[in-house]
Amino acid sequence: MTTITRRRFGLLAGAGTATLALPRYLRAQEKPKVVVVGGGPGGATAARYIAKDSEGAIDVTLIDPAEQYTTCFFSNLFLGGYRSFDSITHSYDKLESDYGITKVTGMAVAVDRDARTVRMADGSTIPYDRLVISPGIDLIYDSVEGYSEEAAEIAPHAYKAGPQTLLLKAELDAIENGQQIVIVPPPNPYRCPPAPYERASMMAHLLKSNGVDAKIIILDPKEKFSKQGLFQEGWEKYYPGMIEWYGPTVHGGIGAVDVVAGTVETDLDTFRGDLLNIIPAQKAGAIASQAGLTDESGFCPIDGETMRSTEDENIYVLGDASIAGAMPKSAFGANSQAKVAAMTIRGELTGSKVFPARYSNTCWSLIETDDAVKVGAQYVPQDGRIVSTHSFISQTDEDPATRKANYEESVGWYKGITTDIFG
Amino acid sequence: MRIGLRNIPFVRSVTKISLGLCLALLPTVSSQALASDLTDPAGERLFFLCTKCHEVGEGARHKVGPHLDGIIGRIAGSIDGFNYSMAMRAAGESGLKWTRETLDSYLAKPSDFVPGNRMSFRGMSDAKNRSTLIEWLAAVSASAPGKPGSEPAAASGAPPASFADIVLAMEGDPDYGEYLAGECVTCHQASGHADGIPSIVGLPRAYFVRALFEYKTNVRSNEVMKLRVSNLANEEIAALAAYFSGLEPQ
Repeated sequence: MTTITRRRFGLLAGAGTATLALPRYLRAQEKPKVVVVGGGPGGATAARYIAKDSEGAIDVTLIDPAEQYTTCFFSNLFLGGYRSFDSITHSYDKLESDYGITKVTGMAVAVDRDARTVRMADGSTIPYDRLVISPGIDLIYDSVEGYSEEAAEIAPHAYKAGPQTLLLKAELDAIENGQQIVIVPPPNPYRCPPAPYERASMMAHLLKSNGVDAKIIILDPKEKFSKQGLFQEGWEKYYPGMIEWYGPTVHGGIGAVDVVAGTVETDLDTFRGDLLNIIPAQKAGAIASQAGLTDESGFCPIDGETMRSTEDENIYVLGDASIAGAMPKSAFGANSQAKVAAMTIRGELTGSKVFPARYSNTCWSLIETDDAVKVGAQYVPQDGRIVSTHSFISQTDEDPATRKANYEESVGWYKGITTDIFG
Repeated sequence: MRIGLRNIPFVRSVTKISLGLCLALLPTVSSQALASDLTDPAGERLFFLCTKCHEVGEGARHKVGPHLDGIIGRIAGSIDGFNYSMAMRAAGESGLKWTRETLDSYLAKPSDFVPGNRMSFRGMSDAKNRSTLIEWLAAVSASAPGKPGSEPAAASGAPPASFADIVLAMEGDPDYGEYLAGECVTCHQASGHADGIPSIVGLPRAYFVRALFEYKTNVRSNEVMKLRVSNLANEEIAALAAYFSGLEPQ
């Protein structure tokens, strides 16, 4: 496959008067086409911003296999009983009706970078001038011995929101006195770093609220985790004796999982769980590697100035699938990246103004009712990478009013970002 | 005369300098102001707290902290040759100018007024002491106002510009504001609806700009907002204010 290098692209773009060098969208009289693969916080935001700000000058197609999108963010609050499943599920209707985006419900399985087309599972192809890939993560099931896609029907990962979330909720609701839950979090890098620990908090909250005397064991492949001090302080305060976290120096390494027997082997011991929540290692969604956009890490290198793939001038990679330097894999981050990519793409296709990239992230985690903590940072590109310029994290021993305000802020943020993503 | 740790009167093995000598060496300073400020040696005694890191008076040099000649009227973080914290430089770029008022707020609690600055001083809680120190500093520092980056003390007699006034005098680019607003509308809904996070749609420019500066100066405490404004320069605040003030709630 031949691709033009970045430098070559610059030369072509600069030689706008040479007919040969004109991009296809300028040679033809038709509108330039942007195709977005993945209808989550990265992809849907990009589609909406390109359609909204180009005011019809760009054809935008959004491809996602789902009719509706259930957010991973706040799915732990569904587990904890704070939110309904409906409240975390969003329709694409407004993107179609209010922004003129074409939503294609189907699975994109391949990209022909030379022909600039996306091939769908049904064999049809969709042409693009610019392609945005935001497929989220794929799970590397066999990174945990004995785990598989089939095993996930018994021991859910619930790390892609939807049926897996409902399965985990059903199993959690069935936990009885004296039973035990085992969570195996993933190794770095993975989607939403605090999520497994917020999940443990939400499980404990639900069990405690229902008067169920059960234990939650976390067998972590990592020595430390996001917001660790804040979570552990909260667990001690609200759920004493309920949540036990073991890092590798204690358990010595995670071995085989038997989802039928309900066991997780470690060097230290074999742990029994009436509910196993196994979250395996992760990589970029399959289409990214199929398109040749991933590196040896399984994720996609990008140019921090634009979110453009370093492998293809016409393709942008957003969100969890990208290697976004200091930014964690988060919905907030994907939404932020989408706005930079949308602005850049509009600039290329319609000549609209382009401003310097800037990125942000904030992540709230609920530990117990009215006690939420947060972490956030600002980012800018530097030599092609994305680096953090400022950051903050909640402090231990904060006053209850601050924590309650954090929770209320997170609820406001959920409404805000989902409106920003889905219209 | 340079006033630093080694020539403060009550520091061991140092010759006591008389205020009369000081006066004699400061010919350019208004004698009236000087007479009233310097006849009170309390200011000089208070300055002892600063002398580990700062010098002031003709010939003053940078130490751990920058020299304080011409401090009144100086833009924060502006002297060439001193390695300021990013926070102090950013404050200066945002328009922080050292006046009696801003120095008073800063010295009350430096870490609050310019969060992230490197001055290792927890603050002076007594307002009268701060006033005494600042008046003394103003008089002494004015003796050598011409250092690079410094400005004559209240030379024009104009009222000190606040952070926000500088931005309000600028014309913001609404297109730039619209792009930057992408960062805001992740939480503050672009429709103007509010569900737990206040609406910012249609806020008057002056209110908008002052509010952002209140986050910059820690008057407002929300960590997420302080973070978002941390790398907004004046031009960007002006652009955002221009954009949001032009929107109407739906």
